[in-house]
Amino acid sequence: MSSIMVKKQAGRKPTLKALVITAPGINCDLELCEGFALAGCAVESELLSRLSRDPSRIDAFDLIGLPGGFSYGDDIAAGRIMAALIRQSIYPALAHAVERGCPIMAPCNGFQIAAQAGLLPGPALGSAWPVEPAVASVALAPNETGRFNDAWVGMEVPTETKCVWTKNLTSTVTTSIIPCAHGEGRFVADDETIDQLEANGQIAMRYTANDHFNGSRNRIAGICDSTGLVFGLMPHPERYLHWTQHPRWTRLGAHEREVAPPGLQMFQNAVEHAARTFA
Amino acid sequence: MAAVTTQPESPNRIPESSTPRPIHRVEVRPRRGQIDSRGASVAREIEALGLERKPRRVDHALVYLIEGNLSNEELHRIADELLADPVTQVAEVHSSTRASRPAAAPGVSVVEVHPLPGVTDPAAESVQAAIHALTGQTVRVRTGQRVDLHGVDKALAKSVGDRLLANPVIHAIHAEPYFPSSFPDGKPYELAIREVRISKLSAKELEVLSREGHLFLSLEEMQAVQTEYRRLGREPREIELETIAQTWSEHCVHKTLKSTVRYRELQADPAFAGQFSLTRNAAGRPGHEVAADGTITIKNLLKSSVAAATHELMKDGIDWCLSVFVDNAGVVAFDEEHAVCFKCETHNRPSAIEPYGGAATGIGGCIRDVMGTGLGAKPIAATDVFCVAHPDISEVPTGCLHPRRTLTQVVAGVRDYGNRMGIPTLNGAVWFDDNYVGNPLVYCGCIGLMPRWAVKGRVVRGDRIVVLGGRTGRDGIHGATFSSAELTDTHADEFSHAVQIGNAITEKKTLDAMLAMRDHAGGCLYHGTTDCGAGGFSSAIGELASELGASVYLDRAPTKYEGLSPTEIWISEAQERMVLSVPSENIAKVAAIAADHGVEWCELGEFGRDDKDIVLHWHGTEVGRLSTAFLHQAIPMPIKEAVWDASWAQQQRANRRPAKFNAGGRFKTGASAADALKILEELLAHPNLASKAAIIRQYDHEVQGSSVLKPLVGVAVGKSGGGPGDAAVIRPKASSTRALAIANGLATGLGADPYVMALAAIDECVRNLVAVGADVTKIAILDNFCWPSCKDPRNMGALVRACIGCYDAAKAFRAPFISGKDSLNNQFVTEDGRTIQIPPTLLISGFAPVVDASKAVSMDAKRAGSHLVLVGETSERLGGSHLALLMTLPVGSTALAAPSLVDGPRNAHAVAAAIAQGLVLACHDCSEGGLLVAAAEMAFSGGLGLQIDPRAASTSSEVSFLARCFAEDSSRYLLEVDASKLDALATALQGVPHAVVGSFTSSDQFEVKDGSATGKTSIKSLGDRWSGGLT
Repeated sequence: MSSIMVKKQAGRKPTLKALVITAPGINCDLELCEGFALAGCAVESELLSRLSRDPSRIDAFDLIGLPGGFSYGDDIAAGRIMAALIRQSIYPALAHAVERGCPIMAPCNGFQIAAQAGLLPGPALGSAWPVEPAVASVALAPNETGRFNDAWVGMEVPTETKCVWTKNLTSTVTTSIIPCAHGEGRFVADDETIDQLEANGQIAMRYTANDHFNGSRNRIAGICDSTGLVFGLMPHPERYLHWTQHPRWTRLGAHEREVAPPGLQMFQNAVEHAARTFA
Repeated sequence: MAAVTTQPESPNRIPESSTPRPIHRVEVRPRRGQIDSRGASVAREIEALGLERKPRRVDHALVYLIEGNLSNEELHRIADELLADPVTQVAEVHSSTRASRPAAAPGVSVVEVHPLPGVTDPAAESVQAAIHALTGQTVRVRTGQRVDLHGVDKALAKSVGDRLLANPVIHAIHAEPYFPSSFPDGKPYELAIREVRISKLSAKELEVLSREGHLFLSLEEMQAVQTEYRRLGREPREIELETIAQTWSEHCVHKTLKSTVRYRELQADPAFAGQFSLTRNAAGRPGHEVAADGTITIKNLLKSSVAAATHELMKDGIDWCLSVFVDNAGVVAFDEEHAVCFKCETHNRPSAIEPYGGAATGIGGCIRDVMGTGLGAKPIAATDVFCVAHPDISEVPTGCLHPRRTLTQVVAGVRDYGNRMGIPTLNGAVWFDDNYVGNPLVYCGCIGLMPRWAVKGRVVRGDRIVVLGGRTGRDGIHGATFSSAELTDTHADEFSHAVQIGNAITEKKTLDAMLAMRDHAGGCLYHGTTDCGAGGFSSAIGELASELGASVYLDRAPTKYEGLSPTEIWISEAQERMVLSVPSENIAKVAAIAADHGVEWCELGEFGRDDKDIVLHWHGTEVGRLSTAFLHQAIPMPIKEAVWDASWAQQQRANRRPAKFNAGGRFKTGASAADALKILEELLAHPNLASKAAIIRQYDHEVQGSSVLKPLVGVAVGKSGGGPGDAAVIRPKASSTRALAIANGLATGLGADPYVMALAAIDECVRNLVAVGADVTKIAILDNFCWPSCKDPRNMGALVRACIGCYDAAKAFRAPFISGKDSLNNQFVTEDGRTIQIPPTLLISGFAPVVDASKAVSMDAKRAGSHLVLVGETSERLGGSHLALLMTLPVGSTALAAPSLVDGPRNAHAVAAAIAQGLVLACHDCSEGGLLVAAAEMAFSGGLGLQIDPRAASTSSEVSFLARCFAEDSSRYLLEVDASKLDALATALQGVPHAVVGSFTSSDQFEVKDGSATGKTSIKSLGDRWSGGLT
């Protein structure tokens, strides 16, 4: 697998820089850093408290990650406090980053934060990012079961998706799964919003019908903004970078393990896209 | 020198102005048309209570009470932008300054639950911080939850509140929306140094003082204190007496296990026949002296058994133990650069009274032990083992919680704390026995990874005493001494102040800040560290200052509220606090890192004094002075009497609850395959054996992305999504393929002889590690004893036998103990004076490296056509087995299956070699439930059929068919092997009894041969039985 990566890296100059934004309670930052690193980026991890002092530091990065965890304890609701802090600090710098063509991945708590910070679903195709963060139009509500659940579930990537992260993944039935671990992942939005997301190819990932455990509308596991750059999802691609992370890897055939695990492929997709953008 | 404290967002500071401020009430509930999932789950739980009447509908709302001078605009911004989600929720705002009051609709009964004043309220702390960040306003917040029950009266609503929503120990229940006009305030503390006059007290009076003052010191100990203060020519101050009580508590010094024991065996007892005799095997044992009458005197039981094994193994070539028994956790080498440490704790008493907070602070404290080992380790995994009464127990004594609630709540506690910390909880067990009804056991383990340079710290004279993390409150006062007491039906009220509630996020921030300080570019910023656990500052600082002494300025500690006395601050067990010894030149750097991570800290004083005393100050006045020598060396160690009464022990264990799971089966020597299948289905659904998926899936066991073998492996089975893995395997370093296997062993069923129980628990732990491909030559283990009162020489005798078993097995397997803990006195006195003693319980936790993660082996069968090989011998000894729970055994079958210390290690090494040679497709520990249960688990988690012939199993004597199917003999492994590899396997297993007992098929049938006939059932039905057993 590392050899696959080396091939992907061959001849790329200069190395792209990825920023992972952490805060008290964020706890999936190291996996996210590893995902960017395995895809060939130079990665820097920084606290929101420090970035807030000088948001312009964000302009120096080519890719951005909002990791999972329990930011600020998730005590009011998942991601609520960190979103509120981002809205009043680094939101403009993040919006500008998307305008620069910077791919952003926001798994799990990151998705909950992005949805409430006005980063997803983002402005309509062609229109600029608002100066003031938009009021949230999608939400991640408590799972239908009312329970936290850790399980690998089947995933579907809509063929028409715009998402630069999930486009053209190579996988088989047994490898087309992805780990979930959350208590508040039920995707909620009004019909109009859902129809627009569906019509604009902004659905980046769905749960398969059998594994639709949290009650999300249209089985939505992840969405992207209208440019396909900003990708928020409840599952954890950053926990699917090595084959030994697959729950049944001891049963996988050699042919299935020839390619990179789908989780890593998502990072590689985005890095290739960014490389073209920033070439 | 002035106290240095910082409040990054100073959210939790009490406002200086004491003028009363208005209180605002914000209710947040789902928008019309949105699912109310919290309301729905309350409704489900009410359903489960089986009340005569149930509500037509249940609505749930979150309640925030905010005290502060907020403008209308600020208040609505807080409600709409911070507290409520614009898509799914609505906020309703009321202000005490206006007439508006929250109301309940007609026909609706309200239950509203709020934490009692002073009880940690993490949500409130977060909201305070967020409001400060958003508006710059400093407010005080209290949170609560409102439940509206439609169509039921207040009485029923109240019982729902009492039984489901609240625990009176930490919650207040209100029958209507709670809207106080002000929050209770702490009174400023007026210094009063209290002396306790003990110099003239009689023995009797000393005992009364010990009990009523909640010191729980023995008469000998009280007299030692009395003598010391007579020598000093003064009376002890309260703060000094409290410190001595904490330091000398069972919890802190393990005085029972470290004491000298006089042990004898009732040789004439027929039940003793055939049992291990220490008297006959005492020769050459460290610290043992045999008298003419056969009585054995053992000096420092722990040192002469558990610890002795480790030190002898280290002398005998084991060079990978880096720090054992001295620090908060035991440390062993992982690779050239890194070490791993392991600590396992119990938190039984707090969990008995408040299971959620007790379990959460249990795991929280264990994590801090790992953070406080050497110069600090990064927690990489957590484990949990629970022992509770059966969920369907007939009656629960007054003063005990129902085991169903206890189990749900301890799981929730571990889940909410472990998940927030970002530590995968990935190995554990649950054991059911009705004698745990008054004393549920909650074991929490934590494993850490650290650079090898950080394995040891050294406090230097002149270092500053820095406290990092949470504020100090009245939480958990007397926790350490309380853990030495016996529970009674009145404990819940008497000891509510010993209950602690954790705030995981504070601990996570503290961990992140500490690791940043440890790995600082210029080198580690501190010389030493330890956590504040039982005894709080008094034991943490007492420990770090034990050789140097210290000057402590208690008034500098940030507190949660006003009014704490110096004594309360000194002994408080408030959670999430670490003590660091920081050279003064690094204080500024420490301050900067703490500020960036939003962690509070303070400088509480300085290490090192000429007189080596610990001197306590309060605003310039000396309020206490303790001699470290007296604290740490003067504790009297009276001789403990121990007797092994085999018949008594047998009778204790026999008095079990009649098995609920009764196959109606009488033990038949000529049982058929059909009988066996019926029993198999009963056993798979027994709560001890059934799938724990309902618990496992609530834990984020994959955070940190390191998991290689998860708790559930193989293909989906019923609701479980996999079969029961033997050990969890993680790859802790992204840069390396080297992995770590984590497992446990628990053989409570064999408690009729704790010597046998100890051997079996260690054998099981080793089997679990070997089964996944761990390096059998590098297994390190931990002991956790939970025992009934050892004032009873018979329980003490049982404890001695368990310790000796630990020594013998550790030596035989060359698996050193690196750390341990004990919780004695686990018995409950009921209202009517009955004493319920827990079964003697020994948890063995263990870990070992797996050389290459990609070579790990899982237990699910992989291939149709492959063979099933049973390694090890099966016997007729069914005593303490799960089969024995289902039916009365004939006299010839009741012996305990005592493991052989020759076969165990031999089989483990042979199987490990076979796995290392790549001969094994799947490997499973053959333990609880025996051959058929383990074989069934391999089949259904592999999605394969199996033809099995139990008669083929290796035996050394005549063994009945049922015993061949269900005996739980130790040292046995089930291997799935490809036909082409059978010869190579035979070579690898040279000299080890083993036999091909079956073969896997592509059909969906589980087929058992008994010679005359074949019994069949589908693997799906077996999988469903197993996955449905505990839901």
